[in-house]
Amino acid sequence: MHEHDEPLRDLLVILRHAPHGSSWLKEGLDAALVAAAFGQSVSLLFMGEGVMALMPGQGPGPLEQKGTAATLEMLEMYDIETLLVDAEALSALGLSADELMLDVTPVSTEAISEALSAHCLVLTF
Amino acid sequence: MRYAILLMGAPYSHQASHSALRFARALVARGHRLEAVFFYHDGVHNASRLAAPPQDEPHLMDAWTDLSREHEVALQVCIAAALRRGLLDEREAARHGKDGISVAAPFELTGLGQLIDLGTRCDRLVTFGP
Repeated sequence: MHEHDEPLRDLLVILRHAPHGSSWLKEGLDAALVAAAFGQSVSLLFMGEGVMALMPGQGPGPLEQKGTAATLEMLEMYDIETLLVDAEALSALGLSADELMLDVTPVSTEAISEALSAHCLVLTF
Repeated sequence: MRYAILLMGAPYSHQASHSALRFARALVARGHRLEAVFFYHDGVHNASRLAAPPQDEPHLMDAWTDLSREHEVALQVCIAAALRRGLLDEREAARHGKDGISVAAPFELTGLGQLIDLGTRCDRLVTFGP
């Protein structure tokens, strides 16, 4: 259950798309950074193929897009420190949290619904 | 209640724009206040003043303009998402040396901060996307 005595956080950004194939991840992260720059408390939730954003060693690649790894490395500077990862998606993709590029918290389906109700605003990308 | 809409689907490519427009119409018909529609991701294409759909199909850009004028709904377009997709107002066209203008009032190019502000100010922010 959600702890009702904990204050609601401002914004949960859900990232469901893998990097490189579309601009969803980049534009979702941009929204998170802007909110954080405005002083909001922001959490990220990586779901489905979105967890692949956290694979280490990513370069810009042949599409000549900047990629998102550099943005992810800046999250701490923006005080975005609550990084949740869908545990089921991780195992479905054969990944484990300790091989990802950032320190993340794997969360169960139940914990995901708690996270949804613990934020005033949810944006899904 | 005070509402805002976040639209991230391109017109005619996906249902998102049509659904968002119908939802917007339903909101104002019920007496709710729709503060703004924020266009992001491929949703920025809704702001193209050059769109020329066949005459027997709904004209989404005109419909957004009508909605804005009838109910004082702000039409806010993410400037970063718009510029890289070729959507420029007069000022940005001049700044980037382009000889065409693809965005005009009541659509306005603005920053993502406006989206965050809408999320804070409004009772509900409803997202439409593909």
